[in-house]
Amino acid sequence: MFGWLERNPFFFAVGVFIVIAFAGLIEIVPDFAQASRPVAGTKPYSLLRLAGRQVYIKDSCNACHSQLIRPFKSETDRYGNYSLSGEYAYDRPFLWGSKRTGPDLHRVGNYRTSDWHANHMWDPTSVVPGSIMPAYKHMFTNVADLETAYAEALTVKKVFNVPYDKDIDGDGKVDVPLGSFEQAKKQALAEALKIAKETKREDLVKMVESGKIPEIVALIAYLNGLK
Amino acid sequence: MQSPAIEYDYTVAKWFSYLAILFGILGMGVGVLIAFQLAFPDLNYIFGQYSLFSRLRPIHTNTVAFGFTLSGIFATWYYVGQRVLKVSMKESKFLMTVGKLHFWLYFIGALLAVASLLVRYTTSKEYAQFEWPFDIVVVIVWVLWGISIFGLIGIRREKSLYISLWYYIATFLGVAMLYLFNNMEVPTYLITGMGDPLHSVSMYSGSNDALVQWWYGHNAVAFVFTVPIIAMIYYYLPKESGQPVYSYKLSLLSFWGLMFVYLWAGGHHLIYSTVPDWMQTMGSIFSIILILPSWGSALNMLLTMKGEWGQLKENPLIKFMVLASTFYMLSTLEGPIQSIKSVNALAHFTDWIPGHVHDGTLGWVGFMIIAALMHMAPRFYKREIYSKKLLEAQFWLQTTGIVLYFSSMWIAGITQGMMWRAVDQYGNLAYSFIDTVTVLHPYYTLRAIGGLFYLVGLFMWAYNFFKTMTASRAIEREPQFASPMAA
Repeated sequence: MFGWLERNPFFFAVGVFIVIAFAGLIEIVPDFAQASRPVAGTKPYSLLRLAGRQVYIKDSCNACHSQLIRPFKSETDRYGNYSLSGEYAYDRPFLWGSKRTGPDLHRVGNYRTSDWHANHMWDPTSVVPGSIMPAYKHMFTNVADLETAYAEALTVKKVFNVPYDKDIDGDGKVDVPLGSFEQAKKQALAEALKIAKETKREDLVKMVESGKIPEIVALIAYLNGLK
Repeated sequence: MQSPAIEYDYTVAKWFSYLAILFGILGMGVGVLIAFQLAFPDLNYIFGQYSLFSRLRPIHTNTVAFGFTLSGIFATWYYVGQRVLKVSMKESKFLMTVGKLHFWLYFIGALLAVASLLVRYTTSKEYAQFEWPFDIVVVIVWVLWGISIFGLIGIRREKSLYISLWYYIATFLGVAMLYLFNNMEVPTYLITGMGDPLHSVSMYSGSNDALVQWWYGHNAVAFVFTVPIIAMIYYYLPKESGQPVYSYKLSLLSFWGLMFVYLWAGGHHLIYSTVPDWMQTMGSIFSIILILPSWGSALNMLLTMKGEWGQLKENPLIKFMVLASTFYMLSTLEGPIQSIKSVNALAHFTDWIPGHVHDGTLGWVGFMIIAALMHMAPRFYKREIYSKKLLEAQFWLQTTGIVLYFSSMWIAGITQGMMWRAVDQYGNLAYSFIDTVTVLHPYYTLRAIGGLFYLVGLFMWAYNFFKTMTASRAIEREPQFASPMAA
C-alpha cells in the first residue's frame, strides 16, 4: 500500500491530509459551544476598556504577562481565584500568554490602583525596585484609537451577538451600553476623566478634558477591570 | 536513468539561500539584543519605543521561524525537488516563473509584515501575529509553493517519491490547514466602515481561541521546525556521507507515525488551563507517544552513519548533521517530559520553555540548514568550500553557544518555578514575584552570551558561503558525495 501511495502523489497527499486533520476534528470540535459560554457576571468590555485592551495587544504585553491563574494554592495565594473558562467568553483574542517574565495579570484590578499603574508604566523601577520591565512612555502621549475600538465592539455585536445594549443579568437595566459612536465616546471620556484624576497626573487630565484619551488611561481602565 | 546529465537550474534555490542567511542574521541579531535586554534593561531604549522588548520579541520569533527557517526550507526544496524527481526547472517555463514569483512575493511580503509588527500591528497570537492583509499574502505565497511542488511532481521522471518529498508535501498541507484555521478573523473595517482598516477580531473567543491557537502554535513547530527539516536530513546526510538510508521501514513508521501523533500534542500547552481536562490529558499522553516517531527518524539518520563514523572527524558538514539529529533527540525527549502534568506545573510559564525551544531550533533546525546550504554551495558555484577550518571553528563556537543557552535556561526555569511555589514554615509564599526575577540575572547574562556565540557563528557561515561563491578554487565536476573543501 505504501509503495503504491509513493507512486501516486495525489492519493498520497489525500492520505497525509486525512491523517493530520483527524486530531483537530476530535479534540477541538466537540467542546466548542460549551467552552464559549460566559459565567454569570461576565460582561462585554466597555468602549474605553476595549480601547485599552487594544493598547495591551499593540505593545504585546502578553509577551511577558499571563492572564491565566492555574488551580494551585501557590497561584491562588499570589494572584487570587483560579481562572474559569466562562470568564474569557468575550475575549477575542484570548490573552493567556505563554511566559511569565512578569507576574500574572488576570485579577490585577483587585490589588493595583490607577496611580500605581501610571507610575509603573512611566518608570517601573520607581514602584518595583529591581524590575526589568521597560518604561512605556509613548503611551502617555499617544491618543487611544476609539474609532477602531468602536468598530471592534460593533463588529462583535453584529457578527457574534455579543450582548452590548442588552440587559444581561435581568435587573431591567442595560448592562453595557454602546449606542452610536458619539454616545459611546461621550461615555468613554467620562470614564477616562475619572481614571486620569486618579493617576494624579495633570497632563493626563488635561488631555482627556480636551477630548483626547491618552493610551495609558485606556490601558489602566482595562487593567482595573481585570478582576 | 535514461538521461544521466540533467542540467538542474538552481536560480531560485540560490536566491532563497541568500535570504536564509540574511534573515538568520537579522532574526537572531534581534534575538541576541532582547536576550541582553532581560539582563540589562537599559538596552530597551536604544531605538526608542521601537526597541522595547515586547515590540521586538514577536519580530525575533517571526523572522527566525518564517524568515530564516522558511527560506531554508524553500531553498532546499528548489534544490532537492529537482534532483530527487530527476527533472530540471529549465524544462518548464511556467514552473520557473512560479518559482521566481514565489520568491519575490515572499521577500516583499516578509519585509512588509515585519514593518507592520514594528509599528504595532499585531493580532497578539504567537507565531500568527500578522494582521489579515498579510495573512492573505502568506496564503498566496503558500499556494505558489504548492503549485511549484505539485507542478514539478507532475512532470517528474522518477516515478516513486523519495522520503524527503513525503515530508515536503506534508509541510505544505499541514501549514496550509493550520494557518487558515488559526487566522480566521473578521476585519472590523469591512463590517462597520470605520476605524483602522488593518484591524481585525478573532472568530473564536476565550478558551476556544486558546485551543485553536495552540493546536496551531504547537503544530507550526511540527510543520516548520520538524517535518521539513527531516526532509532535509533524509536527503543531505546520505548524499554528503555516501551512505544509503539505514532503513526504509523505519522511515515509513516514523513518517506516518509523526503525521498521526503530532497534531494531538498541542493540548500540552494548555495543561491546568481552562480547556476541558480530557484534552489536556490527551495532549500529555500523545506527547509521550511522540517520542517514538521522532526518535525513529533520528535513529534512522544516526544508523545511516553505521560503520562510517570516521567521517564525523573528517567532515564538518557531517558533524553539523549528526549533532542536529542528536539535538533533535534531546529536544523530542525534553518536550514530552515537560508535557507530564506534574512537570508542566513547574515548567510552564518559566524560562525552561524557551530553553527547550532553542535547543531544538538552534541545534536541530539551525545546524541542519547551515549544513544544507554549505552542501549546496559547491554544487551551485562549481567551486570548493572556501574554508574547512572556518567551518570547524563555527561548529564548535555555535555548539558551545547552544550548551550555554539551554543549560542556563534549564537552571533559570527550574529555579523560578521552585521559587514561585516555595512557602515558609507558616505556609505563606516565601518570595515576592520580583525576587524570582532578580535571581535570574546571571542566567539571563549567560544565555545572551550563548546566543551571541551562535550569532558570531552565523557571520562566519555567511562569510564562508560568500567566499565560496566568489573566491574559492573552481572544481571541474560536481562532487558526487562529500563536499570538497580547502583547508
